[in-house]
Amino acid sequence: MLLLALDTATPAVTVALHDGERALATAEEVDPRRHGELLLPAVDRVLATAGRRLAEVTALVVGTGPGPYTGLRVGLATAAALGSAAGIPVHGLGTLDSIAYASGLTEPFVVATDARRREVYWARYADARTRVEGPAVDRPAEIAEAVAGLPAVGAGALLYPEAFPGHRDDLPRHASAAALAALAAERLAAGAELEEPRPRYLRRPDARVPTGYKAVTR
Amino acid sequence: MADEPLVLGIETSCDETGVGVVRGHTLLADAVASSVDDHARYGGVVPEIASRAHLEAMVPTIERALTQAGVSARDLDAIAVTAGPGLAGALLVGVSAAKAYAYALGKPLYGVNHLASHICVDQLEHGPLPEPTMALLVSGGHSSLLLAPDITTDVRPLGATIDDAAGEAFDKVARVLGLGFPGGPVIDRLAREGDPEAVRFPRGLTGPRDAPFDFSFSGLKTAVARWVENRRAAGDEVPVADVAASFQEAVTDVLTRKAIRACRSEGVDHLMIGGGVAANSRLRAMAEERCADAGIVLRVPRPGLCTDNGAMVAALGAEMVARGRTPSALDLPADSSLPVTETHVPGHDAHDALHGHHH
Ligand SMILES: [Zn+2]
Repeated sequence: MLLLALDTATPAVTVALHDGERALATAEEVDPRRHGELLLPAVDRVLATAGRRLAEVTALVVGTGPGPYTGLRVGLATAAALGSAAGIPVHGLGTLDSIAYASGLTEPFVVATDARRREVYWARYADARTRVEGPAVDRPAEIAEAVAGLPAVGAGALLYPEAFPGHRDDLPRHASAAALAALAAERLAAGAELEEPRPRYLRRPDARVPTGYKAVTR
Repeated sequence: MADEPLVLGIETSCDETGVGVVRGHTLLADAVASSVDDHARYGGVVPEIASRAHLEAMVPTIERALTQAGVSARDLDAIAVTAGPGLAGALLVGVSAAKAYAYALGKPLYGVNHLASHICVDQLEHGPLPEPTMALLVSGGHSSLLLAPDITTDVRPLGATIDDAAGEAFDKVARVLGLGFPGGPVIDRLAREGDPEAVRFPRGLTGPRDAPFDFSFSGLKTAVARWVENRRAAGDEVPVADVAASFQEAVTDVLTRKAIRACRSEGVDHLMIGGGVAANSRLRAMAEERCADAGIVLRVPRPGLCTDNGAMVAALGAEMVARGRTPSALDLPADSSLPVTETHVPGHDAHDALHGHHH
């Protein structure tokens, strides 16, 4: 097994190559505005560091969000195109699930990431591998009661500490492709089906037509 | 000729997911998935809806184009993609997919300019572009007069709209007349039954002191709206076909007049017209007539190649390969406001550029 995992659903552009037992190489940069520019160079770096070729990869795993759409689509479009061009199967895995997995927690907790517009993407877990509620998108105040008393992981929890008093800044804030790959490897080894590589938007598109969109010609 | 560059082109700057395959000046495939119907009820293109549709359609459309062309991805000489201008989120889907394809196949990547592609597509229809080429580009996103001494390196803006694009004016007038979105095709159809002289609508920026090659369609749109509203307020029926024909006449009159003036002033004896509005039948007819009178050769691609499509991007990519231009780098950004003077986005240096390095 040689998994190439990538995730662009959080501010991190993260890529990992995993042989089913451990991560052979990882790359991570945090810049929410440059996912499109950073992702392919990171893929190239990871393969080069591990001394492997894309043709050796047996499966691609991509974080399906939820996450801010423009960034999220970079990872999904890239994974789909890499898979099509190189003839490699592409699997999806929820981004919040990978953050939960990376936390290593064994008790109930919540993961929350920044959904912008003063909302969070969040899901509740029984332990690092078991999601029991969500993912959903809500205003922090609206879910404060539901998550009261739970440890809270992720940048969304740190951003709204009043709603997430159990926020843990010693645990991962953003997605990590190494965790994504490890979780996928675990599930694949157990014979479990992974998800379709399709985006979890959770919100309907903003149906506002921009006024005055014009190509700049000078 | 088998030694002409075989290039796949990807276009996602607005609401069409377009993928084309060309060999030199020969069109092999032109696959398009459009989300236009999803935007109709909003009266314009909704960026987030367009971006979502691009992601859904991207890889299936690439695979369809390759099948249609009857070529294997391994045989491609390069991948070209619209790097801008256009809707940022929409562009990014195409750019991401193009990079991944180029990388996985070990082929050079060319991030090219959408407007230069609109011009270059005519090579698929009428052979090599004369140099320089005079181009009138008219669509929902752009209205420009461009002089292109070399379509791969040198495109000069002579003039552009100072407010609405021509296609936008069609959409807005269609809305005023209650004809739905997009406005271009329906106005074209209705205008055939109307009298183009019924109402004399204003011709923007055609006074002696006005910028000779700039356009303005905002005043025209307002004039049409006011005329229609006055009619309705007076309780009279609105002669929709006459209004459509008269409006269309005003737009095409200004476009062709300025385009021919640009040819004369630059000493260019031919004119190419591209962009979605170039599919308008009255614009084509009037341009033909006026070019013939002025001794100018007119080149207009078939309507399917005038609207946004992947073949035009592939056409410019093939020209980039043929002329040995520097490919783009793996960190190629999508640039929603890429200036028309930047015909493509070369890598920082020869080392960074993705020169078909193999894996
Ligand atoms: Zn266009």
